[in-house]
Amino acid sequence: MAVIGNKKYAERIEKQLSKYPDKRSAVMPLLYIAQEEYGWVTEDALREVAELCEMDSTQVKSIAGFYTMYREKPSGKHWVYVCTDLACALEGGDDLYEKVLDELGLDHHNDTTADGVFSVEHVMCLGACDKAPMLQCNYSFGDSENGEYRNLRDTDGNIDMGRVNNILDYWRGRERYD
Amino acid sequence: MVEQQYILLRGREIDNIEELDVYVKNGGYEGLKKALGMEKSAVIDEVKASGLRGRGGAGFPTGVKWSFIPQNEPIKYVTVNADESETGTFKDREIMEKNPHQLIEGALVCAYAIGAAAVYIYIRGEYWDVADILDKAIDDATAKGYAGENIMDSGFNCPVYVHRGAGAYICGEESALLNSLEGKLGQPRVRPPFPAQKGGGLYGEPTVVNNVETLANVPFIMTEGADAYKAIGTEQSAGTKIFCVSGNVKKPGNYELPFGTTFRELLYDHAGGPKDGRSFKALLPSGGSGPIVPLNDEVLDCKMSYEHTSEIGTIIGSASLIVMDDTVDVTWVASKVTKFFHHESCGKCTPCREGTYWLDRVLDRIMAGTATEADINRIDNVAKNMQGLTLCALGEFAANPIIHTIKNFREDFLQHVDGEKSLEAAGD
Repeated sequence: MAVIGNKKYAERIEKQLSKYPDKRSAVMPLLYIAQEEYGWVTEDALREVAELCEMDSTQVKSIAGFYTMYREKPSGKHWVYVCTDLACALEGGDDLYEKVLDELGLDHHNDTTADGVFSVEHVMCLGACDKAPMLQCNYSFGDSENGEYRNLRDTDGNIDMGRVNNILDYWRGRERYD
Repeated sequence: MVEQQYILLRGREIDNIEELDVYVKNGGYEGLKKALGMEKSAVIDEVKASGLRGRGGAGFPTGVKWSFIPQNEPIKYVTVNADESETGTFKDREIMEKNPHQLIEGALVCAYAIGAAAVYIYIRGEYWDVADILDKAIDDATAKGYAGENIMDSGFNCPVYVHRGAGAYICGEESALLNSLEGKLGQPRVRPPFPAQKGGGLYGEPTVVNNVETLANVPFIMTEGADAYKAIGTEQSAGTKIFCVSGNVKKPGNYELPFGTTFRELLYDHAGGPKDGRSFKALLPSGGSGPIVPLNDEVLDCKMSYEHTSEIGTIIGSASLIVMDDTVDVTWVASKVTKFFHHESCGKCTPCREGTYWLDRVLDRIMAGTATEADINRIDNVAKNMQGLTLCALGEFAANPIIHTIKNFREDFLQHVDGEKSLEAAGD
């Protein structure tokens, strides 16, 4: 497997490179493509992106390290991000994070399920404070079955684990980029 | 009651306006068409006369910013700041999700006025699906001749591109955004040269960096005229503003209201007031970065505008109102916001990198009940020594949640050092 020479990505890579007068500018979009292929930013990913952008792979590694959305180690198949920043935390964001961890048998030091299906992280503001408490799954704010992942509480104000589980179930049987 | 007025959030009134044909049917791209028939300088003059100010937080006059671009430089760029990452801010998301063509149209008017070679929309990576919506809108607009080559048969060429960020708050700072777009670390640049100047912008070329909401106002200004725009709002704050309300209110959400609406009208008439049995305690009017104020009658009766909010010791900024009720401990708020800035400091300037680290650590100690009153003064002192000593505003922003929480809510802090909460924490 590779990104370079892979028909699946050739057109997208070309499109990204054509957007900018300088190939280096394509480093971020190409890192996303490499991450899609490998699941995280591997040594191969760094080397291939560096080659495409005419950069040194050390420079690419510094970019991957600076930005939080590039994964520097293997992770679960699906990425669950719970906002615990101020606006969400005022409306139960911290509680939602703990409940999601509990549900999946995880804790603060162990963020990926044993079956490798989910990785759970608490994150800074996702720009959806009107939906608090909320989460994202694979950077989606909602899905076709569950609608928006907003106000994940029941009428008593407790975290609505029924809805949370529906969201997890939705993704369990899918691919990350579905 | 001051009613909402939809210049920007038109998706609330017109179904499917995110589709090109619906947008065009409702007057879409008429502003661009009109601009393309005008002298470039006349477009800039119109935007200047409208009184439009930057909606990203700083409130700089938009037309003046455009006029800084040297016309004789062969290559210039427009960069749209869609990195919306300030805690409590979610206005640009709704514009891009529900009315993307209005942003594209506004950006192209700017591009024409300054003679730009391309528009780059820098959108935060977490808005993954929103970037897809923008991409589709751009493809549709390009296919119909509203963007790209020979726009509306005017001879003006300007492609529009979307660039995804990857989870760095600092990239909302314009010079860090430009670095990031160039494939470098998203760290601020030393200024001058400013982005509008040769050497300071994207790839060293003169560049306008405007917020999404700012540019989305431009089509209205072009079609209705500067006077019609200026008639909305207050003397120094023209137009409507999308106020993002979050936290402890009955109805959080985006509310588009004219500048000059009071905090009371927004928070009670529109956002429904505090939850039952609770009362308002504090307000962050501009996300985590602006000064916190007690949410009392004086604040509630203050008009929301660039000029009026300074009278109550805070700023309107990006208008991201985080509301806190009487159940909230402001020390916890300071700790939350400080963790945000500690996480988001890019590490370039020492006062910010080290300052946010120590503020976070000492606040952890305060929250754990093991601190003394001297620690409260210590973080106040550390914060004051960050102000004015960093390349960008993040260092300044990170100091605000400390200085203003202590100034306005010192009793909340004292609870943790020798009051009830410190005893609770100690297990007594």
